Amino acid sequence: MPEKTSGIDIGYVAYLARLQLTEAEAAQFSTQVKDILKYIEKLNELYVINVEPTAHAVPMTNVLRKDEVQPSIESADVLRNAPQQARSLFIVPKIVEQG
Amino acid sequence: MTLHTQTIHELRARLRRGEVSAREVTQAVLDRIAAVDPKVKAYNWLDPDDALAQAEAIDRDGLAKNGKPLAGVPIAIKDLINVKGQPCTCASKILQGYIAPYDAFVIHQLRKAGAVLLGRTNMDEFAMGSSTENSSWGVTRNPWDLERIPGGSSGGSAAAVAADEAIAALGSDTGGSIRQPAALCGCVGLKPTYGRVSRYGLVAFASSLDQIGPLTKDVEDSAILLGALAGHDVKDSTSVAQAVPDYTQAFGKGVKGLRVGMPKEYFIAGTDPDVSDGVRDAIQKLQSLGAEVVDLSLPHTEYAVAVYYLIATAEASANLARFDGVRYGLRVDGDDPIEMYRRTRGAGFGPEVKRRIILGTYALSAGYYDAYYLRAQKVRTLIRRDFEKAFDKCDVIVTPTSPTAAFKAGERAADPLQMYLSDIFTISVNLAGICAVSIPCGFTRVTRLPIGLQILGKQFGEETVLRVARAYEQATDWRLKRPNL
Repeated sequence: MPEKTSGIDIGYVAYLARLQLTEAEAAQFSTQVKDILKYIEKLNELYVINVEPTAHAVPMTNVLRKDEVQPSIESADVLRNAPQQARSLFIVPKIVEQG
Repeated sequence: MTLHTQTIHELRARLRRGEVSAREVTQAVLDRIAAVDPKVKAYNWLDPDDALAQAEAIDRDGLAKNGKPLAGVPIAIKDLINVKGQPCTCASKILQGYIAPYDAFVIHQLRKAGAVLLGRTNMDEFAMGSSTENSSWGVTRNPWDLERIPGGSSGGSAAAVAADEAIAALGSDTGGSIRQPAALCGCVGLKPTYGRVSRYGLVAFASSLDQIGPLTKDVEDSAILLGALAGHDVKDSTSVAQAVPDYTQAFGKGVKGLRVGMPKEYFIAGTDPDVSDGVRDAIQKLQSLGAEVVDLSLPHTEYAVAVYYLIATAEASANLARFDGVRYGLRVDGDDPIEMYRRTRGAGFGPEVKRRIILGTYALSAGYYDAYYLRAQKVRTLIRRDFEKAFDKCDVIVTPTSPTAAFKAGERAADPLQMYLSDIFTISVNLAGICAVSIPCGFTRVTRLPIGLQILGKQFGEETVLRVARAYEQATDWRLKRPNL
């Protein structure tokens, strides 16, 4: 674990998380997240080199089911929630520039 | 006879004998909601006509007489479990206006059992919080003292049950979100073993920790409702294909000869003395009923909160990536997709959710993954092993559910870390994937607020946990105390 957590760049992390923050939020979170990370540093007290990580408490691998065609949710029910839609499609801002 | 104060098992007997109809029961609960919810504010959404229509259909089909286990019982649903045709907001602005297009597995189970799906209960946004103050709908009040919070994140469900605004409710528990509000509101809250209840249709917070469970007025109802919710579901790959027992079956056996473990790390300075006294008295009661008390140690307890706030936030930062303004919920336009995502999420999420997304994104980001996330997963292993060793020496473990009774609204809102420490006694259970129930075990002396006793069991040990809970409950009369509203 890094010795110092003062290096957290809230603006960069917020960009990674696709989260727009106001200046006030960025300043507040910066202080609070530093406090939380400082508290989390207590995990450094433990020697864990040879310990297996736990991803799930009830171990399971490769849960499979039969590949059978089943009815799915009606597209009208799904599209009802779309902020913008037309002809059974979601409308989003343009991604690819016109050549 | 007041119908809204009844339990599932009391109503079930009356409904089967035809003494009351599902419609009468539902109407009684709706009347109660109309009378007290303006004060308690447990519900985010309610459609009385729809609830009555469900009840009438149950009466018409004679489901109670056919022995359906929950026929005609009105049950409230935490606002993050999908019920087809109803809103599901997770108490977030980002999901306002969203109508669920399908039923969660547990809702399918409730419908099959004949329950009336009553309405949506308030919660901390995306289940992130311990007070139900982080809700875009406003703050739910504790029925025992309206100045205080009901706990969280399933605060609306716990308050609804405690105020007799529902016969029972569903909640979800990622780090204590069923048990802590149950303790603070004086009802029974059960967090099942990871995998016991399908998470299909539960809006995901931290997928390796989340479980759905019941909030009820007594232990028998908890057993009945768990029996209805549990079961294997092919739509949740972490759902376990293990037979569902009749959880009430072992009730008659009592606790004679059972070993009850008392971990020293849960009886520490910093806990409200009224809470620790109440829990110690409860342990003495179990001893007097024939249980053997065993001292034990769970040495990695002090690391649980740190582990949790890395693993839960990391998983949340990934799970909440789906709220991007494309397919559902709020959209704030931008010139390109990334700008749209950033604006939508900036406007739609509240401060606690943003804080956790930042923390989780940071813990998973390049250069920090090994130091934070991986290390947390390794310490999670140590916490899990602590419990495995402990359960060699005992059948159940007993602790306080929460270090304090209900606190005042606003008291901890400014300090996130202080709020996180409210979950100190409940978090390890989720990390280890085991089961636990919180039941009422008394009141604080001056303020008369409920205290919760937490009973922990091994994985799939719900029968034993409920058996101990039931023996204690029947030897005391805490369950009969109701708040004055």
